[in-house]
Amino acid sequence: MTKSTQTAGSETPKLRLGGHDGWGYAPAPESTDHVELRDRYGLFIDGEFVDARDGRTFETANPATEQKIADVALASDADVDAAVAAARRAYDEVWSKLAPRERGKYVYRIARVLQERSRELAITESLDGGKPIRESRDVDIPLAAAHFFYYAGWADKLDYAFPGRGARALGVAGQVIPWNFPLLMAAWKIAPAIAAGNTVVLKPAETTPLTVLKLAEIIRDAGVPSGVVNIVTGAGETGAAVVQHPDVDKVAFTGSTEVGKLIRRALAGSGKHYTLELGGKAANLVFEDAAIDQAVEGIVNGIFFNQGHVCCAGSRLLVQESVADDVISKLKDRMETLIVGDPLDKNTDIGAINSRAQLDKIEEYLEIGEAEGAEPFQTSCPVPDRGYWCRPTLFLHASQSHRVVQEEIFGPVLAVQTFRTVDEGIAMANNTPYGLSGGVWSDKGAKAFRVTSRIRAGVLWANTYNKFDPTAPFGGYKESGIGREGGLAGLHAYLQPEAAA
Amino acid sequence: MNERPAAPVDRLPVLKTHKVYVGGKFPRSESGRFDRALAPDGTPIANICRCSRKDVRDAVTAARAAQAGWAARTAYNRGQILYRIAEMLEGRSGQFEALLAAGGTAPDEAAAEVQAATDRLLHYAGWTDKFQQVFSSVNPVATSHFNFSILEPMGVVGVLAPESPLLGLVSSIAPAIAGGNTTVVLVTGGQPLPATTFGEVLNSSDVPGGVVNILTGRRDEMLAPLAAHRDVDALLLCSPDPDVARSAEIEAVHNLKRVAVRPHEDWADVQSPYEITDLQEVKTTWHPIGS
Repeated sequence: MTKSTQTAGSETPKLRLGGHDGWGYAPAPESTDHVELRDRYGLFIDGEFVDARDGRTFETANPATEQKIADVALASDADVDAAVAAARRAYDEVWSKLAPRERGKYVYRIARVLQERSRELAITESLDGGKPIRESRDVDIPLAAAHFFYYAGWADKLDYAFPGRGARALGVAGQVIPWNFPLLMAAWKIAPAIAAGNTVVLKPAETTPLTVLKLAEIIRDAGVPSGVVNIVTGAGETGAAVVQHPDVDKVAFTGSTEVGKLIRRALAGSGKHYTLELGGKAANLVFEDAAIDQAVEGIVNGIFFNQGHVCCAGSRLLVQESVADDVISKLKDRMETLIVGDPLDKNTDIGAINSRAQLDKIEEYLEIGEAEGAEPFQTSCPVPDRGYWCRPTLFLHASQSHRVVQEEIFGPVLAVQTFRTVDEGIAMANNTPYGLSGGVWSDKGAKAFRVTSRIRAGVLWANTYNKFDPTAPFGGYKESGIGREGGLAGLHAYLQPEAAA
Repeated sequence: MNERPAAPVDRLPVLKTHKVYVGGKFPRSESGRFDRALAPDGTPIANICRCSRKDVRDAVTAARAAQAGWAARTAYNRGQILYRIAEMLEGRSGQFEALLAAGGTAPDEAAAEVQAATDRLLHYAGWTDKFQQVFSSVNPVATSHFNFSILEPMGVVGVLAPESPLLGLVSSIAPAIAGGNTTVVLVTGGQPLPATTFGEVLNSSDVPGGVVNILTGRRDEMLAPLAAHRDVDALLLCSPDPDVARSAEIEAVHNLKRVAVRPHEDWADVQSPYEITDLQEVKTTWHPIGS
């Protein structure tokens, strides 16, 4: 303890492995030569790619280069009407009449082709959204395929979904997904919906439509009946048209709490089903009896995974006072090794911020945090000249009322606070309107489970962080959302129990 | 309140003051206001409290204070307490039959309703230590983690009680508290006396104060403040009127309360573990398996 306290902040030069002090890595860019990207993408309605009825388009760009990749059709209300009508027709005439086993086979096919085309999808995801290829390759795409594979198997087992009750599909689902995990969020939405017998109209985020449109190709090529899955691209207005459409039976939204509340208000009294996956401000609690080096890795993974564009990111570090100096010193050292840069480089740890708008928001919070009196720390790594970048950042000595502690930043920015007792740590962890996730680091099992059971959040990681699996329900307490995705609970979101006999 | 006697009688009956049940006590409304409970022919039977928005806030405070402790009770203990409520209700069946009859229920139906309400409490008493086993899961994740999802109570549940004065009331409260929630129950229907008397049953059944709080009064005065209250986690809206649900749902958006709507008028068959799970959150916990 004494030793580490002395080490913290000392001037001893350290040998570091990283890209910016002489022990750099050679560039290791992923080859893009086999990825086919078109200049222009249409809407996917009733099994075909079509232009928007009014011909409008928008551009999607690579946030690492700011260069345009493609023009994408901008769906208007009329296009959304057509998509919902196609979904309704497919539900009534085809999908609801298909034998469940056969329905499942289509979903399995989608999973298989996602695996076959995984490299192309990973590269496209990193090009369009800015996330490091290591993550799109090892997390996003495999998990997306796994989601389809998991839910495919449920299709002919719905009688087991609600003990004592039968189950039936809801009808047409209107779904809106964010830009942080484009293909994975599409999988979370589409796989359980269609496996359970619903048809869908999905709107991807305007900055990241490309992998979802490739998924539409896969769905078409898998022979999935026309209209079962419809993709309408666009921005907020298109999304509003999807979730407010009168002929949609179920609304599924992943995005901000602010928009989630607008949607919830619009649905009031409608009797429609809905699931909302919204914002978060998760606490990652490090206790004095934690394995400190593992905890530091967990802190880094918790906040810097996917540039911090993660609703369940561990964006508040709560560290027990007795080990705070040691943890923060090691954390700073570890952060200095993180490489920010080309998302397609296999050495990159932190890719591009998804958009100019998001970078502006993060930078605004960097100013707010400093103005409020927290002590900023930012690593010294170089960043490319073009594109949208943010170095990994800490706000030390943050206090509970600071906006960087209370509000979701959705970037690589970690607010650091200390606590003394277990009860104080839990109280601080629960002291936000959010309740999506939380992390606990302690080698004492009894303490770890006491803390996980008292944090009011839907996902708790003990001695790990940011792990996901199709079998594991995910979703928030409090203002982080309503309903779950993943596992049997995620299947329930697309079914209703039949009335008791 | 009864008809004025024509002449003095040998013994004047002692009339009961029906008060509300908050935090394990029986206060009057802070507002000092009252309404009348009426017989079907419009004859006043009793005075009841006409609670205010401040009464609603006090009840939420009591429910919040009781919630962690109630959720921390063992499932076995909660089951025994629900069973105890059933015992107490059975013992007072004659009183409840009389109250229902005074409100216009035919005598044989009143007896059947009291029995059904007692049996319903027994049903949920048995679920307290079973629903978790049926509805939680160990998730076979593809990484080396022990991963499980359990149900936890949503917290403080605001209940708009149904018109059904005893069976509906019991059917809405029992599954909420069986799962570890505490409740603020608004009784706004035409027959409030079984509800105020049910508070006495609860109070003599080892139910900790604050677990169930029962307010009488007017829906248009109490529901909006309850639905908008930021320390209420969920709403159970027992009303067939879609406008009632809609306006409460809009108030509930402030803190994204979970809302369950029960439009039933007949509560005979509204009994299932899904009444419990609709007021539960799913929590998923991960822990590595390793050395």
